[in-house]
Amino acid sequence: MTNRAFTILLWSAGILALLPLGFIVGYVVLKGVGILSIHFFTKTPAIVGQPGGGIAQAFLGSALIVGMATLFSIPLGLLAAVYLAEYGTGRFATVVRFLSEVLLSTPSIVAGVLVWTVVVVRLHAFSAFAGALAITVLMWPIIARASEDVIRLVPIELREAATALGTPKWKVVLRVVLPAAASGLTNTVLLAVARGLGETAPVLLTSLGSEFINWSPGKPTDTLSLRIYHYALSPVKSWHDIAWGAALSLLAIVLVLSIGARYLVARSKKGAQ
Amino acid sequence: MSLTRNTAGAGTPLAGSRRARLGDVLTNRIVAVAAAAVAALLLLIIIVLATGGSKALARFGFGFFTSTKWIPTEEIFGAAPYIFGTLITSAIALVLAVPVALGLSLFVTEVCPKPLRTPIAVLSDMLAAIPSVVYGLWGIFVMVPWMGATLEPFLGRTIGKVPGFGTLFHGNPNGGYNIFTAGVILAVMILPIISSISREVLSAVPRDLKDGAYALGSTRFEVVRGVTLPFARAGLVGASVLGLGRALGETIAVSMVIGGFSGHIGFSLFNGGDSIPSLIASNFNEATSAGLERSMLVALALILVVISLGFAALARLLVRRANRQMRASFARAAA
Repeated sequence: MTNRAFTILLWSAGILALLPLGFIVGYVVLKGVGILSIHFFTKTPAIVGQPGGGIAQAFLGSALIVGMATLFSIPLGLLAAVYLAEYGTGRFATVVRFLSEVLLSTPSIVAGVLVWTVVVVRLHAFSAFAGALAITVLMWPIIARASEDVIRLVPIELREAATALGTPKWKVVLRVVLPAAASGLTNTVLLAVARGLGETAPVLLTSLGSEFINWSPGKPTDTLSLRIYHYALSPVKSWHDIAWGAALSLLAIVLVLSIGARYLVARSKKGAQ
Repeated sequence: MSLTRNTAGAGTPLAGSRRARLGDVLTNRIVAVAAAAVAALLLLIIIVLATGGSKALARFGFGFFTSTKWIPTEEIFGAAPYIFGTLITSAIALVLAVPVALGLSLFVTEVCPKPLRTPIAVLSDMLAAIPSVVYGLWGIFVMVPWMGATLEPFLGRTIGKVPGFGTLFHGNPNGGYNIFTAGVILAVMILPIISSISREVLSAVPRDLKDGAYALGSTRFEVVRGVTLPFARAGLVGASVLGLGRALGETIAVSMVIGGFSGHIGFSLFNGGDSIPSLIASNFNEATSAGLERSMLVALALILVVISLGFAALARLLVRRANRQMRASFARAAA
């Protein structure tokens, strides 16, 4: 194959691969932008067939559930990452690292089934807390694995300097290494949060969804993803429109978190230089 | 890092105060526990799913693999259509996604102008970040109508006429809600992950080998075919297997477009179908009180997680081995 033909082939593959992105994002923006209004964000759903109403409970529920999940997974993930980056050398560390990579591929429905079996069925109740647990199962490996890479990037000179001054190891990690890695760690958390917000299957099985604003961790709670799921599958046309608006909101939040995090890291790296 | 490790191990000399030593001992324990918790999570998943599913497995043995009836009221649960659906949608997704992902990664590593590389990586990350429910929404209202009205009848008229292979594209597309549509959407979803790992693997191919081939007068295509691809083969397979793992576990987008099982497993991709994750998502609510059905769903989840994580583990091992081999031969070439 000539150089020219091959180059054209590769360019076509590149464009073909990225085309769906344009389609999907474009469509979501087109269909969703008309629905967004102050009511959309502040009201709960209206009765079927009646105009108005919004999905305030979904926004708040997502914040509640993913907020709790973040609270659970940051300590677990960060501590594991510190172990892998600073303390672990032998077989155990290799195994743990490998397992956390494998856990990155946990099917999201399995996280839901796990918490459903252990919590929901036993307590006979769907709850935001159970939803948060299921999302934690998915967020934890992301934070653990990605944070390890970030911590490893901290230059060894910083550690050596601190130790030379007589600092015990735990202080070196806590006061020197972690602050130095702060922007990268924020990045990992933002990526994990973006993932958590987008998940539907785990919360479907554990938190079920609802039409009412709920702040109690023990009750069924709605999320943005669940709302899109339920409304998309319903036969009600006005609900379809709301689903597009919800999808636009969700997409905007997730993309801002994922891409913004990247940009933040790049900027802080430049600052350090 | 070895400096701090030696210091911590030695304990007293530099740390001095008792408080500092205590801090170190405590921290060592805490982080080790956190790390062990990761391993514990995997074990927890397996154990919980195995015990939950044991009732169903004991009752049906592995016969439920082949039976096709799912009648909760009579307590008959045949999982064959769902296993079939999971496998076939993932297969379609792989067949469609791997060549395009490979093309994209080759594009980025070989042909793409430098300033475009970061924007393209960003775009690929964006594609990976789109939540599956948004794919599903777009799937229902954009893909399904177009598939049902345009593409699938077209395929039926063209490839469908080919003897043998054409049976895949027979029959009524069910309005677009079918296995083929689900496979296509899955392909778009797994493309970013296959492409990003492939990119990593391809860029690790030693430059010297490629330069040598170019110096001998090879075209770009010949270098890719003769040097880059053979070298990166294990890693590329690993990337694809990782994508497969993702496809197997995908629930929401698939369940929204796959159409539901029509009653018998046919050869046509245009039939409606169902997958294991989609089945669990649809039935879990009624199954909360019924013991056997719940146990059945959990048993299916166990099978799913064992297959997915098994593939993921295999894939990661492959990619690591490929990277190690490439680094070794690079060192040899440089020496």
